[in-house]
Amino acid sequence: MYKAKVTVTLRPSILDPKGKAAHHALQNLGLNEVQQVRIGKFIELDVDAKDEAAAKAVVESACAQLLANEVMEDFEIVIES
Amino acid sequence: MATFGVIVFPGSNCDHDAYHAIKHVMNAEVKFLWHKETDLSGIDFLIVPGGFSYGDYLRSGAIARFSPIMQEVVKFAEKGGPVLGICNGFQILLEAGLLPGAMLHNEKLRFVCKNVFIRCESTDSLFTRDLEKGQVLDIPVSHGEGNYFIEEDGLKNLQDNDQVLFRYTNADGKLVKEANFNGSVDHIAGICNTQRNVLGMMPHPERAMEKVLGSQDGKIIFESILNSLSVA
Repeated sequence: MYKAKVTVTLRPSILDPKGKAAHHALQNLGLNEVQQVRIGKFIELDVDAKDEAAAKAVVESACAQLLANEVMEDFEIVIES
Repeated sequence: MATFGVIVFPGSNCDHDAYHAIKHVMNAEVKFLWHKETDLSGIDFLIVPGGFSYGDYLRSGAIARFSPIMQEVVKFAEKGGPVLGICNGFQILLEAGLLPGAMLHNEKLRFVCKNVFIRCESTDSLFTRDLEKGQVLDIPVSHGEGNYFIEEDGLKNLQDNDQVLFRYTNADGKLVKEANFNGSVDHIAGICNTQRNVLGMMPHPERAMEKVLGSQDGKIIFESILNSLSVA
């Protein structure tokens, strides 16, 4: 069994109004060191596959078909055993 | 007489508005189609209604797209069958790949529920053939994720192929910045596919059918549709 950790984020060219609102709130807290905030999604999947490469292939397919919309989002996959 | 089908997903909430508009205002035949159905025989026109299918989990429209009926909707559309997606229906058609682009959260993050003005940009479609180019309609919107996004190349294709059917304007039909309340690329409120048989729009024409509700401007879209179906 492998654990897949998927991070889905808005593509850098796309304005992230939620991130902007959170950034604004952090500035109100006085945390002016924070220069930018981007908010995305974190998804964990348990995958039963014969090896790490096979697990990654399954998760890539899941991301491309459902978990991310590549018109506006990028995804990153980390596989742990 | 043409028969309309209104698809019902778990979480649809404008299915009854669409049904009422067609049955009681337009006096046409209509039936509900539960999302698990796969038989579209006898249906001449499909409506993918507004609402919050599957609670908008993951992304609006992302899960509904995998409902059994959506495979049939794609086949129906590919064979030239007319499909209208309203609000969440538009989001589902985008996720299903029947229309290009995607929906982002409204620029100012607020859910916006109010009447807005949209301008007819092309009369070359079965949905807009009875309108005039430049005609301004007063139609309600009700969405949190209606900020239409498409890459520059895709936008150019939409423009070159005359696929933008509606844009957000002010009451005079001017493309002023304030009119684009959700931040959509190029003020886009509604687009069709290149075959021109699938329309997705964020505003709700089915909620602007009777004087008592404030505006009857949505009726002309349903009249266009019915007139096209009766000659087909």
